[in-house]
Amino acid sequence: MAKRIKPRGILPGFGLTMGYTLVYLCLIVFIPLSLLFLKAASLSPGQWWEIISNPRVLAAFRLSFAAALLAGVINTVFGLLVGWVLTRYSFPGKRLVDGLVDLPFALPTAVAGIVLTAVYAPGGWIGRYLEALGVQVAFAPIGVVVALTFIGIPFVVRTVQPVLLDLEKQVEEVSATLGANRWQTFRRVIFPQLLPALITGFALAFARGLGEYGSVVFISGNMPMSTEIVPLLIMTKLEQYDYAGATAIAAVMLIASFLMLLVINFLQWRSNKLHRLG
Amino acid sequence: MSDDYAVVPIRRTASAIAEPAAVRWLLIGAAIAFLALFLFVPLIAVFAEAFQKGWTAYVSALREPDAWAAIKLTLLTAGIAVPLNTAFGVAAAWLIAKYRFRGKNLLITLIDLPFAVSPVISGLVFVLLFGSQGVLGPWLAQYDFKIIFAVPGIVLATLFVTFPFVARELIPVMQALGSEEEEAAMSLGARGWQTFFRVTLPNVKWGLLYGIILCNARAMGEFGAVSVVSGHIRGLTNTVPLYVEILYNEYNFTAAFAAASLLAVLALVTLAAKSLVEWKAARNESTYNLAGGE
Repeated sequence: MAKRIKPRGILPGFGLTMGYTLVYLCLIVFIPLSLLFLKAASLSPGQWWEIISNPRVLAAFRLSFAAALLAGVINTVFGLLVGWVLTRYSFPGKRLVDGLVDLPFALPTAVAGIVLTAVYAPGGWIGRYLEALGVQVAFAPIGVVVALTFIGIPFVVRTVQPVLLDLEKQVEEVSATLGANRWQTFRRVIFPQLLPALITGFALAFARGLGEYGSVVFISGNMPMSTEIVPLLIMTKLEQYDYAGATAIAAVMLIASFLMLLVINFLQWRSNKLHRLG
Repeated sequence: MSDDYAVVPIRRTASAIAEPAAVRWLLIGAAIAFLALFLFVPLIAVFAEAFQKGWTAYVSALREPDAWAAIKLTLLTAGIAVPLNTAFGVAAAWLIAKYRFRGKNLLITLIDLPFAVSPVISGLVFVLLFGSQGVLGPWLAQYDFKIIFAVPGIVLATLFVTFPFVARELIPVMQALGSEEEEAAMSLGARGWQTFFRVTLPNVKWGLLYGIILCNARAMGEFGAVSVVSGHIRGLTNTVPLYVEILYNEYNFTAAFAAASLLAVLALVTLAAKSLVEWKAARNESTYNLAGGE
């Protein structure tokens, strides 16, 4: 097949690992996912449009995108803050705090869902103060944002931290010698270097939030047209044995997620290249 | 570092590249407040709710036969999914780190794919494949073999969602190490497997362990994907996260949080193990640098 035989590497096992990787990848991931698209493609454009343009479906898409976007923005701002504080300052309990930042990765989403509901429901530990202020979080669209914020915390922190650690102190010293104050140095010198990592972290948090199910279903209250997210709608359609409807909505979600994945990979590839050049 | 610039008034340099103490504490306070609202308070609340009616209620909630069945199924699922995905992760990392071939970046993206898929969709694809109306559904029905609403479906959905974890941790570690040591071992007459077990494995063990820990945490905690394929049959197809949901929807909050506290402990153990592994890996690296460096 290959005209020129280039050395792939002299270690044995190419055939074995290539075969095993491809077969396993196809069986577990590739075939099941392609089947979903095949099934979605068997719908006529008219049927497809009828499912997607349903007001309930559109409302769910609007909520999912808006909540994931808002949670992503909150996490970008506070993720930068947390990353900054953890790399630049020292304070008691810092290592513990640093370790706990990953909790949303490790805590099952169902647990996150029920405990966030308990804490933010009217009368809950935090909910009772919000209730006094007239803000209802649980069983309202804000509840979805709270759950997605929880889920997305580690992404921005963990993408910004290594970049902050790699920043050269001398550049900041130069900026200070040239007469910039601390805020100017941050805005003009430090922030531009952090921007690619912030965007990557935001994109990761957004993509995760878009598909999140477990933590949201408990806190949102799941009212159609108001607090129903797209993954829940897919679930509902499945429970009604409406496989065509579930598949059509899932295909739209998947395409959105894949586009996000492409953007993320591109951003990471670009920042890696910049890193290597620099 | 500041020793190098002895001429420059040290105090001024230090203040010019650091924030005033008041700003510093304000930022620390804001960061902690954010984490407290979203992380620390909920974490404490899991245990507070679980023990609300005391130790006896907690223990009796966990001694229910259904709770035991859920724990056993969760252990079984992780026991199958984690080794399979570990074997895959090692093979894929070896392939990607040790050889040059076309389409490598595409392969890496494909391996990451399950991370981009919503958990509900991860379950849905297996329903479309093996469900009663699915592609292989009628054929399976002929042999009276159930995958959806049965244990095999739960295992498959878990395999799918935990698919990338080990590979993703291991690939960068193996790529960074290169293949010189393996090539040296081969030239000294070691066979392929010998090289792998005696040279590669000891070098990547912390990265591998970290991947396994993360994979296990997700396998035991997965909710959305498993929820789609399980059918929620009490005592038969309920994993611990699904059992938590059922109890919660029955307003049996103490029992729900008791089961949830088990998963929270698992999460804390995972985080502790992760810190330990990172610490060990950093120490290995520094001793390696000391020995091999200058």
